[in-house]
Amino acid sequence: MGLVESGKMPKPLTKLLNMSRRYSMWVYQWGLACCAIEMGAAFASPRYDVMRLGVIPLPASPRQADFLVVSGTVTDKMAPAVRRLWEQMPDPKYVISMGSCANCGGPYWDSYSVTKGVDQIIPVDVYVPGCPPRPEALLEGIVLLQERIMNEDMAERWKGDPIVVE
Amino acid sequence: MSMTSESDQLAYIASQAADARVNVEVETDEGMTLNLGPQHPATHGTLRIIAKLDGEKVVAAEPIMGYMHRGYEKLTEVRTYPQVTTLVNRIDWLGSFANEVPFILAAEQLMEVEAPPRAQWIRTILFELSRIANVCLFLGDMAVQIGATTPVFYAFRDREFVLNQIERVTGGRFHPNFDRIGGLKDDLPKGWIEETRGALNRMTDFCDEMEELVLGNEIFQARTRGIGTIPSDVALAYGLSGANLRASGIDWDIRRDANVGLVYDQVDWKVWTHPDGDSFARFWVRLQETREACNIIDQLLGTIPSGPIMAKVPRIIKVPPGEAYVATENPLGEMGFYVVSKGDLTPFRVKIRSASFSNMSIAPWVLKDVFVPDIISILASLYFILGDIDR
Repeated sequence: MGLVESGKMPKPLTKLLNMSRRYSMWVYQWGLACCAIEMGAAFASPRYDVMRLGVIPLPASPRQADFLVVSGTVTDKMAPAVRRLWEQMPDPKYVISMGSCANCGGPYWDSYSVTKGVDQIIPVDVYVPGCPPRPEALLEGIVLLQERIMNEDMAERWKGDPIVVE
Repeated sequence: MSMTSESDQLAYIASQAADARVNVEVETDEGMTLNLGPQHPATHGTLRIIAKLDGEKVVAAEPIMGYMHRGYEKLTEVRTYPQVTTLVNRIDWLGSFANEVPFILAAEQLMEVEAPPRAQWIRTILFELSRIANVCLFLGDMAVQIGATTPVFYAFRDREFVLNQIERVTGGRFHPNFDRIGGLKDDLPKGWIEETRGALNRMTDFCDEMEELVLGNEIFQARTRGIGTIPSDVALAYGLSGANLRASGIDWDIRRDANVGLVYDQVDWKVWTHPDGDSFARFWVRLQETREACNIIDQLLGTIPSGPIMAKVPRIIKVPPGEAYVATENPLGEMGFYVVSKGDLTPFRVKIRSASFSNMSIAPWVLKDVFVPDIISILASLYFILGDIDR
């Protein structure tokens, strides 16, 4: 990929690549708490049917996933596992934080054991508010993420030093 | 009961628990240690099971909890009484309304108010609707853990009809926060009763479908019959409750035997038990209970009395000093709230007795000497919810 390393990417190529990435996203779902059921309703129920957006749920491992839905409360005990599984995903990777707990702590904002926001440990691309958000809200979040991917300059993204996993 | 005295029983439980301790660090020569979770599809979230294996056989297994601990009991000490219902909704997130009821009943007991009959009726209806919403997902999920993918799609499809009815009356699809001390927030909307009847017909059809699709299936029976058998004395000793207890042949249901504040005595219904105590029995009992819940709601819908939905309570709720324990038969089992009040706006202490925590405590006993695939089917049939275990 000499083109990418040069820091310049032809526009048509970018568009083509982004379009194909946008409509074939494998999601690693992170069923943590209440939101997991609404996420299940969005991914596994015939009423909401996420596959029409080009999202394929249930990969076998985080190593096959393109984006991650953190759905539910992240506790301090769970946080290292969240970080570790995110590190196992191949780049380019995206994160949707679903629900108030993952966004900022939610109803447990003064709890001693809850991490106040998953963005303290991993970078988040789209926040979906709600407690829990309806499945439609998650679908909207996925559409927003797809728009973000579409407008992304891959050369820009891959510039700089590689991420080192400790 | 085969146990003769209480001390014998305690010694028995202690010896069983000691056998099940697993030293995580040590990899012995004769076995290996298998780690399930904390992120594993079969654990419904963030439960971790460490199993010591000998070949394909589990020598000992130990659940490690706390990955979903959110500190409810401490948080309730800084929330006012109406705010606590918002929190306790999220304990068992599949049947949220059922969580509010025991807490509200305990607070009502301390304040010596009683909800008007209409509120009690609607409470019971919503309680049973949340039971259907909860157990419905179990019926699909149990099958998907064993390898049949289709039932879970059916479960999610038909569950929506019940959730719609809950949403129409409470405004919340998942966490209604609808119960108030002394009554309910709102009355039923117009036309709700007929629509609920339609949803119940749908659920009865779903139960029939599950019975044909799953219960009679040869693979399902081979994976569940005689697997994870819990005898009745062991079930009692470990403090199981709910359908897990009734599947071991013990005829105990708080709705019938120790009912507080709900109107189950106005309905003609039956408590289902199964003598076997295996995974299949637990699935069977829950299936029958879903059908029975439809029956209970159907009878209650026809007899809702008219009248107010809220008793006279002061606007600022101060609960007089005292202690109260109220337990109800939640979808997962006995859920009780022990509320201690010192006369403040907030509870002094709330102890939550949640069903899944006790149901999970039998895991080291029941997972002993089973095969690795049976871990999944036994855990699925014990049916726990992580929020209910860790709180």
